[in-house]
Amino acid sequence: MSFITKPKVAHPQLPRNELNLTVRDYEGAMSTLCAGCGHDSITGAIMQAAFELAIPPYRMAKLSGIGCSSKTPAYFASASHGFNTVHGRMPSVATGANAANPDLYYIGVSGDGDTLSIGLGQFLHAVRRNLNMLYLIENNGVYGLTKGQFSASADVGSRAKKGETNQQPPIDPALTLLATGATFIARSFSGDREQLVPLIKAGLTHRGFAVIDVISPCVTFNDHEGSTKSYEFTRKHAMTAIYADFVPPAREIRAQYAAGEAMPVQMHDGSQIVLRKADGAYDPTDRVAAFEYIQTHQKAGEIVTGLLYIDETKPDMHELANTPPGPLASLPFAKVCPGNKTLASIQSRLR
Amino acid sequence: MSIVSKRPQDNDFTLKIGNVNGTGSASANSMLMKSLFRMGIPVCGKNYFPSNIQGLPTWYEIRVSAEGHLARSGRVDLMVAMNAETYRKDHADVAPAGYLLYDSTWPRSQLFNRTDIHILAVPLSRICNENFNNARSRILMKNIMYVGVLAALLDLDMNIIKQLLNEQFAAKASLLDANQKAIDLGFAYAKENFSCPLPFRARTLDKTRDHIMIDGNTTAALGCLYAGATVGAWYPITPSTSLMDAFKKFCDKYRKDPETGKANYCIIQAEDELGAIGMVLGASWNGARSFTPTSGPGISLMNEFLGYGYFTEIPAVVFDVQRCGPSTGMPTRTQQADLMACAYASHGDTRHVLLFPANPEEAFYQAVQAFDLAERLQTPVIVLTDLDIGMNDWMCRDLKWDDSYQPDRGKVLTAEQIAALPKFNRYTDTDGDGIAARTLPGTHPKGAFFTRGSGHNMYGAYTEDAAEYQAVVDRLRRKFDTAKELMPTAEADIDPKCRSGFLTIGSCDNAVKEARAQLAESGLRLNYLRVKGFPFGKDVQDYLDSHDRIYVVEQNRDAQLRSLLMLETRVDPNKLVPVLHYDGLPILARSVVDGVNQDLARGKAA
Repeated sequence: MSFITKPKVAHPQLPRNELNLTVRDYEGAMSTLCAGCGHDSITGAIMQAAFELAIPPYRMAKLSGIGCSSKTPAYFASASHGFNTVHGRMPSVATGANAANPDLYYIGVSGDGDTLSIGLGQFLHAVRRNLNMLYLIENNGVYGLTKGQFSASADVGSRAKKGETNQQPPIDPALTLLATGATFIARSFSGDREQLVPLIKAGLTHRGFAVIDVISPCVTFNDHEGSTKSYEFTRKHAMTAIYADFVPPAREIRAQYAAGEAMPVQMHDGSQIVLRKADGAYDPTDRVAAFEYIQTHQKAGEIVTGLLYIDETKPDMHELANTPPGPLASLPFAKVCPGNKTLASIQSRLR
Repeated sequence: MSIVSKRPQDNDFTLKIGNVNGTGSASANSMLMKSLFRMGIPVCGKNYFPSNIQGLPTWYEIRVSAEGHLARSGRVDLMVAMNAETYRKDHADVAPAGYLLYDSTWPRSQLFNRTDIHILAVPLSRICNENFNNARSRILMKNIMYVGVLAALLDLDMNIIKQLLNEQFAAKASLLDANQKAIDLGFAYAKENFSCPLPFRARTLDKTRDHIMIDGNTTAALGCLYAGATVGAWYPITPSTSLMDAFKKFCDKYRKDPETGKANYCIIQAEDELGAIGMVLGASWNGARSFTPTSGPGISLMNEFLGYGYFTEIPAVVFDVQRCGPSTGMPTRTQQADLMACAYASHGDTRHVLLFPANPEEAFYQAVQAFDLAERLQTPVIVLTDLDIGMNDWMCRDLKWDDSYQPDRGKVLTAEQIAALPKFNRYTDTDGDGIAARTLPGTHPKGAFFTRGSGHNMYGAYTEDAAEYQAVVDRLRRKFDTAKELMPTAEADIDPKCRSGFLTIGSCDNAVKEARAQLAESGLRLNYLRVKGFPFGKDVQDYLDSHDRIYVVEQNRDAQLRSLLMLETRVDPNKLVPVLHYDGLPILARSVVDGVNQDLARGKAA
C-alpha cells in the first residue's frame, strides 16, 4: 500500500481504450491493505482487464462480502457501483441485482473465509443458477482481519504463524466447482499478472458464473515457512496447465499456434478465448478429466493453474427464467399491472 | 357481567368437520362453504390442519353468521366426525343440544354416549361401497357424500350445489356424475332417516353481494402483482408458501408479454431465507420492486440483512405470515408473536416500518402500500399477517383497483437530474425529511456510489469518525419520524364521552368487534382502535391520551403490542390492560369478553 494519494493526473503518453479512458480511470480509493498483500495485485489486474475490455466504469457493479478481500472493491473503479454486503452473502445480493438488471457487469470479490466457510452455501447456489458474473476468490488460507486463524482452504499440514498445524482437509474451490456444475473454473496466482489479466477478461466475457480462485498470499499472517499459501511455496509449486488468450470481438487471431495446441472457444459476445495447452493431454471441456488431472497433480504437490474448465453452452439464470432484455425496473407500469378489469375477472371465480 | 352463550339459530351456527388429512376433504368443505356464501349468508372457513402430508387429523370449521360475526366462534353446533381417531374429542366438543354426525358403518354407540346431544348415524362407507367400485373413489365419495347429508339437514340450496359441481368438474364429466351421485345418496339418506331440516338451518339472505371468498396469501400475492413487483425471492415455509405459489400463478397468466412471450418477472427459489432477503435487497438496489414471503423462523434468519437494509437504505418488502413460535413452534397454528422481532430486527439501533392488515382485503391494499412506503422511505417494510389471515377462507368486500395508480418510486434521480448536479452524494439529506435521494446503478457516470454496511458518512464514504457516523444514524432516526406521517391511520370507532376502549391489531379485528357488540348488549360500551402500522402515528397517541383504561388485545403471550406502545409512545403503562390469546387457534370473542370481565372483577375486588 501507499500512504501518498496519487494525483489524478494521467501521463499524456498513457494508452487509451475505446472509451478514451486510461487505466487510471479504473483506479479506486487508496488501498488500506498491508504492503505486499496479494489482493492489491489482483486489484491491479482487475483494473487492467476492465480497461482493456473498455467497460464503462459506471456500468460495473463490484460486490463483496466481509474480510480483507471484500474491502478491495473500494480500491478499484471509483466511478462504478460498490456493494459491500454482509459476510458470506454476496452471492444472493448479486443474484437479486442481476435478476433486476442483466445489463451491468457484475464482479464479485470474495475471500476463502467469505466463500468457503460462512458463504459456502450461497456460493454453490449461485453456481447452480449459473448467475452471469465474475467471482474472484482471493485465497490466502487464513483469516486476516481477525489475525491469523486457519480458513477452510488451508492445506493439511500447513503451519500457522504461531506454530499450530492444520489437521482438517481443505475445501478446494476448483474441485468443488467441478462437482457442482460450474461453467467457468480458473485458478491463478496474484503474482502472475500475465496469466491473471486474460483470465479476468475471459471471465467477464463468459455468459454464466465464472470463478477464478486466485492464490493471494497474506504477507502478515500466512507468508512464512511451512505455509502452503506463501509467495515462495506458490511460486515453486504452481504449474500452468493451460494459457488463455483473450481475443476481442472482430479482431482476428494473429498469434501463431502449433497445430493441436490451440483451442479457440467462442464467447457469447463474439469474442474468443484461445486456450493454449501447456500440457497437450489436458482437455478443459472434459469435466471428469479435469477433476482427475487436478487431483493427480495435487497429490504430486503441484497447484494446477490456468483456465481449468469452460462450458459456454449452458444457459444462464436469465435464459432459464425467460426474462426480457434490459432492467426489469424499466418495464412500463402498464406492462406489469393488469388493471381493474382483470382484477374483476379474477374475482368472478371467487364467489 | 356474563354473556350467556346463545343457542344456534337459523343462519347462526358453526359446523365442524373432523377428517384425516390427505383424503380430499378440502373440496367437500369448500363446496359446503361456497353454497352457503352463494345463498347470501355471511360465512367463513377455518382450517385446523397438521404439519403433515397424509394420515393425521385435520378439522375444517364453518361459521355461519347472518350478523356477519366471522371470527372463530369457539363452539360446535354440528360436528361431522369422519376420523375415528378423534371421535372421543370431537364428541366432547359438541355444544349441548348440538349434533354429531358420524360414519355408522362401524357403529360406536358405546362411545357416543352423551345424552345432551343428538347423534346422527349415517353409514357413509357402506353406502359408498354399495355404489362405487374403485377403492380411491370410495374414500373421496365418502367425503362428498356428507355434503349431501348436510344439504338435507341444513336445507342448503341443491341447485347451487349442482352448479358448484358443474363448475368444479366442467372438464371431467365422469367425476361430475360420481360426485353428483354421492351427494344425492347422502341427501336421500338424511331425508329418509332424520327429521330435516334441523332446528337451525340456512335461509337465503342477500348479504354476500359484492363480496368474495379468498385467503390473505392470495390477496397479498395480488397486491404484489398489482404493485408491479418484478422480483420475488423466497424459501418455502409454512404458512407463507401459498403466497409465492399464488404470485407465480398470477404472473404466469398476467405477466407474460403477449408479443415476445417473455416473463416480465423473475421468481427465484433461494437456498434459504438469508439468500431470499439478500436477493430482494440486490434487486431493489437495482430498482426492481422486490419482495419475499416468510414466517417467524425466516425472520430470525433474515435479521442481519434487515439491519443491513435499514443502514444502507435499500427498499425491501417482506411478508411475515406469522405462525406459532417460539422456535419451530406449531407451524400450522396462528399467532401474532413476531411483533417485537420485526420492529427491532437486527443488532444495533435498528427499527423497521411494519404494516398490520386485519384480513385478506386489507392484505391486498397494504401489500401495494408496502412497496410505496419501502421505496419512499428507502428501507425494509415488513407486512405482518398471520396463518389465520393467510390461509383461512375469508369473506371480504370486492377488491378494487384504481387504474390511475402510479407507484411511488421515492427519490430516485434520473440521468438528467444527476447530470445537473455538481456532485451526487448518496446519503445527503437535502430537504430535511431524513431521506436522501438515490439513483439506480448504471444510470449516469456521475451517479456512482458505494453501498456498505460499515460506518459511512453523508457522502457514502467509509468512516470511523465519531461525528460523521452519528450524523448518519441521527438522520435515520429523523427518517423514522417521517415514516410516522406516512403510515395508514388506525381504524377507529370512538365516542368522545367514553373513556375506556379497546386497542388491537391485525386478525383480532373480528373477534374484538364481536366482543364489543356483546359487551354493549350487556351495557358496557367500549371505544375501538385498531393500529394498522408501526411506527405509531399521532392518532394512536391521541387515543392513548384520551382514554383511562385501554384493553390491548393481541395474540401472543408476552403482550408485545402493549410493550411496543410503552416503548414508542408517552402512555402510562398502568392504563394498558393486556388481553391475550395465544394457544395457536384464532382468537375468539369469548376470550376478549373474558379478559375485560376479569379486569372489571379485579377492579371491584380492589
